[in-house]
Amino acid sequence: MTRVQTNTDYRLSQLDELEAESIHIFREVAAELEKPVLMFSGGKDSIVMLRLAEKAFHPARIPFPVLQVDTGYDFPEVLACRDSWVDRLGVRLIVASVEQAIADGVVVDDGKTTRNRLQIGTLLNAIEENAFTAAFGGGRRDEEKARAKERVYSHRDEFGQWDPKNQRPELWSLYNGRLHEGEHMRVFPLSNWTELDIWDYIAREGIEIPSIYFSHQRRVFERDGMLLSESEFNPLRDGETVTERTVRFRTVGDLTLTGCVESSAGTLQEIVEEVAASRITERGATRGDDRFSEAAMEDRKKEGYF
Amino acid sequence: MDLLRFATAGSVDDGKSTLIGRLLLDSKSIFEDQLEAVEATSKTRGYDYTDLALLTDGLRSEREQGITIDVAYRYFATPRRKFIIADTPGHVQYTRNMVTGASTADLGLVLVDARQGLTEQSRRHAVILSLLRVPHLVLAVNKMDLVDYDEATYEKIRQEFENFTQRLNVPDLAVIPLSALKGDNVVTRSEAMPWYEGSSLMHHLENVHIASDRDLRDVRFPVQYVVRPKSDEHHDYRGYAGQVASGVMRPGDEVMVLPSGLTSKIAGIDLYDQELDAAYPPMSVVVRLEDDLDVSRGDMICRVKNAPDAGQDIDAMVCWMTREPLRPRQKLAIKHTTRLARTMVKDIQYRLDINTLHRDQETQELGLNEIGRVTLRTTQQVFTDPYEQNRVTGSFILIDEATGVTVGAGMIN
Repeated sequence: MTRVQTNTDYRLSQLDELEAESIHIFREVAAELEKPVLMFSGGKDSIVMLRLAEKAFHPARIPFPVLQVDTGYDFPEVLACRDSWVDRLGVRLIVASVEQAIADGVVVDDGKTTRNRLQIGTLLNAIEENAFTAAFGGGRRDEEKARAKERVYSHRDEFGQWDPKNQRPELWSLYNGRLHEGEHMRVFPLSNWTELDIWDYIAREGIEIPSIYFSHQRRVFERDGMLLSESEFNPLRDGETVTERTVRFRTVGDLTLTGCVESSAGTLQEIVEEVAASRITERGATRGDDRFSEAAMEDRKKEGYF
Repeated sequence: MDLLRFATAGSVDDGKSTLIGRLLLDSKSIFEDQLEAVEATSKTRGYDYTDLALLTDGLRSEREQGITIDVAYRYFATPRRKFIIADTPGHVQYTRNMVTGASTADLGLVLVDARQGLTEQSRRHAVILSLLRVPHLVLAVNKMDLVDYDEATYEKIRQEFENFTQRLNVPDLAVIPLSALKGDNVVTRSEAMPWYEGSSLMHHLENVHIASDRDLRDVRFPVQYVVRPKSDEHHDYRGYAGQVASGVMRPGDEVMVLPSGLTSKIAGIDLYDQELDAAYPPMSVVVRLEDDLDVSRGDMICRVKNAPDAGQDIDAMVCWMTREPLRPRQKLAIKHTTRLARTMVKDIQYRLDINTLHRDQETQELGLNEIGRVTLRTTQQVFTDPYEQNRVTGSFILIDEATGVTVGAGMIN
């Protein structure tokens, strides 16, 4: 094998530095915490996490399973991409289904609570049942105000709750993974990445992502200022009409709540350019779940959200 | 494009949040929906202007109390650099939070109000940044618009601060007069202060030279994880994963593994599917050795004639971060690089008064947010360098074994 020439000035680009930091976090957790799991949504952030985990342990396999919370309202393109990744890496996939959790009485579907919110109970139940002690999440600090203050190692009590006012200090790259029985750690290896970093990295590495991130024709309708996908799970309300538009998704989640944006960006390079020029946050543009209150994310996080 | 991490210190009154808001806004890192939310809140609260400080508001309890509780991380980028700001509150729990924010910073930014001049708090911030060996320091003399952009006011503060920092370890200092509210000298040079010949804050942040802050000479590679695929394809593969703390490693280099002291040569350095010609800080790589040695997590790979100190006694400056004080004979867990051990406090030599730099040698304990010189004895050998030479092998955290909480941060002398 020929050796790859590294930079002669011994300097790393910011993407390389972020990559090195994330790999360090994956290895630290695998070494110190007994039973980690990677929370996989099928979105670009969790795919980048999988890629970094792959790099961290290569040529060995990723030494922990992947957990997906299936809302029942997932985009089929996202599930296809998930299966392709899981097959290639040979990792174990655990699917925690919200439908199943409702059937088992783990969570209660009162008809008003969104699937997004029902994911919390489903997720906590899966963590408890499998006795996971660490769960990797793709959250980034640039996403949202409450996340800006969250640690890389975010401690959860035996109820899965986050106590933002009582977080452990986190210094240098010395992470503290001490836990008591029943507690777990949420770990965020992408804490210091921004949305643009994620896209730059996907483009640089040529990473496979779900096709709905790229521009395509889709039948959509407008609701609360967002463009939602026509679907059997999304019955039209009075006055809503479906039109076909050229769109792409900036985030992927529950298809009843995740909006798309009009875009002709059909390649990774075009997406990077679009994101760099974008003037609206990805969550503000496309996530109904973050719009309920100024502290929507903070409240969900305290309860045990991703 | 490279990465600069900087920590900001100062209270709300010094205009710190406004300055950060302006850096984010002027580098176009604020999105329209974020700005609209802040404009709406400003209006609801009856302000005359858009309060940029609201951009950095975090948790609900902080908004309710109008204060910042915790370190917050912010991100912005210019075509030259990506920046990570560790935004630390100036008052509540200031020491603990500042130490946290400064621990990873390349640069420390201290704000003062030009009308007030240096305060006890600004001196304290400078002391903490120098204790944490943050290599670059910027004093931002803010609110120059409120002193009519007066050069003499700036000069007086600059000289006083330079005199003060001579007693500290500050390798690089810049003093910049600015107005965060008006935007003077934040991104572009201000026409209101023609007497100032230095660069704007943004220009300084973009150009400050950080590459030579790294130690490329002393090889230190704490072993983090042993990679053994146990697959047919890679049956005999055995690699040592870790992040290079310092030095440059190359295939063929003769190395020593601590604590065993056994030597071997580097057979290869891997990063995913690539074999590299060199590894340097802060790369995360996998190192393969030519000989089959017994190497495990917590071991240290170094050069044969350039090894860290190995021993069970640590002499360090410790910042204490919990209510229950630190006392002699106390037992704690210690995490140093990738090594986890137990430790006992042998002695508290003195407590440092960070306002006067006075050393109180009578003290029997260190309280919350206090810093002192402490001697520790560990159950296992640790492989250390002085913190001033190496921020990775010179630092450690102390963990309360009952609660699991991080209670102390240490910098080895």
